[in-house]
Amino acid sequence: MYEFDWSSIPGALPYLWAGAKTTLEITGLAIVVGIIWGAVLAVMRLSANRVVAWLAASYVNLFRSVPLVMVILWFFLIVPSLLKAIFGEGIGDIRLASAFTAFALFEAAYYSEIIRAGIQSVSRGQVSAAFALGLTYGQAMRLVVLPQAFRNMIPLLLTQAIILFQDTSLVYVIGLADFFGAAYKVGDRDGRIVELLLFAGAVYFVFCFGTSLLVRQYQRRLVK
Amino acid sequence: MGYHWNWAVFFSKVPSGETTYLGWFISGLQWTVIISLSSWALALVLGAFLGVMRTAPNRWLSGLAATYVEIFRNIPLLVQLFIWYFVIPELLPVSLGTSIKNSPPLLQQFLAGMLCLGLFTAARVSEQVRSGIGAISRGQKNAGLAIGLTLPQTYRFVLLPMAFRIIIPPLTSEFLNIFKNSAVISTIGFVELSRQAQQLVDYTAQPYEAFIVVTLAYLVLNVVIMAFMRWVEMHTRVPGFITAGK
Repeated sequence: MYEFDWSSIPGALPYLWAGAKTTLEITGLAIVVGIIWGAVLAVMRLSANRVVAWLAASYVNLFRSVPLVMVILWFFLIVPSLLKAIFGEGIGDIRLASAFTAFALFEAAYYSEIIRAGIQSVSRGQVSAAFALGLTYGQAMRLVVLPQAFRNMIPLLLTQAIILFQDTSLVYVIGLADFFGAAYKVGDRDGRIVELLLFAGAVYFVFCFGTSLLVRQYQRRLVK
Repeated sequence: MGYHWNWAVFFSKVPSGETTYLGWFISGLQWTVIISLSSWALALVLGAFLGVMRTAPNRWLSGLAATYVEIFRNIPLLVQLFIWYFVIPELLPVSLGTSIKNSPPLLQQFLAGMLCLGLFTAARVSEQVRSGIGAISRGQKNAGLAIGLTLPQTYRFVLLPMAFRIIIPPLTSEFLNIFKNSAVISTIGFVELSRQAQQLVDYTAQPYEAFIVVTLAYLVLNVVIMAFMRWVEMHTRVPGFITAGK
């Protein structure tokens, strides 16, 4: 039978924490940029201008049809040469920059679908009322529709954030040491891959399950 | 930028000379399709069982299924995959573990990948099945029981046939997801489509051609699956019922 030896974990905690910070940074940035860019895409997609709507739809459908692994690899391939062309050679960690870009642009596609559904859940009368008050389209969106839409979709946005948090582990494919990458490296170094993988799984589970319970609680309060 | 495009690279021979780079691409595509379809079969069957368990009038059964769903939904797919591939063989009885580790690498990768993707997706399918069963009016179940069917028969002949029709749209997106998620299996060395893309880059030094072709392949797979599922939806439609969420 396999004999467990968890002793390599305590000493590795600072390194694992550094990895966890990378995970949280990528998640946080992708949430912020993803929601902003996603909201822009959603508004574009609902626009009366056909070309604008088509462009946004193509963007969303393209990103939603391609595996995240491929997207990460694409940006690892493209972003370095692009970033170097813009900023010159000294722009720091290229892996991190490409992961940031990949996740932000990828998540925007998913967020835009949630936001679009949220906007469509606001009743038409609200828009008509806003126009009747003399607001422009932009004002109606910003002051009337979007605030209500966001309130309805907060649970879904949070659930998507949990999925995103889990998906950041895929930066493994470009060799970036996020929490999972760090755990794997420690396990590989010490010959304790079994313990480190189980530990990583447990940490992800506790964090994601805990957060999803909070989201559910919040959702219940929202319904009341 | 001074990139030198060379699409003809797909027709040149690989170093070992036995096939062309196009052959590599096709083999990657085949493995993506094979592992996705076999995981999907596993996910559908297990997901249906779990979904039924969650709606069963027995606390233990529904609690067990709910626990399964939470575990598989709250651990990243990549971590689950590595646990199947690296951890499970260690935890099995030594003789079994050793025989797994001595089997061909391709078999190990395929088994770990299929189990991982299948069980992961089963959790998501079961949630859809549960909501599908929940969307059927209570009267259907009572009517089934009233005409003398047992509870399993009621599920088998009354509830599930309708539930599966209702959930075709969300199942379609899970079906699409399984193809996309199969790319994760490349991380344990399984040479499916996305791994083949990386290999093509390494060997041909024509990154854009390789990535564009592989990305297009994923898009085409997407379109084919959506068309197939629409066909399934059309052909399973019950006359007189407005199913499939329309």
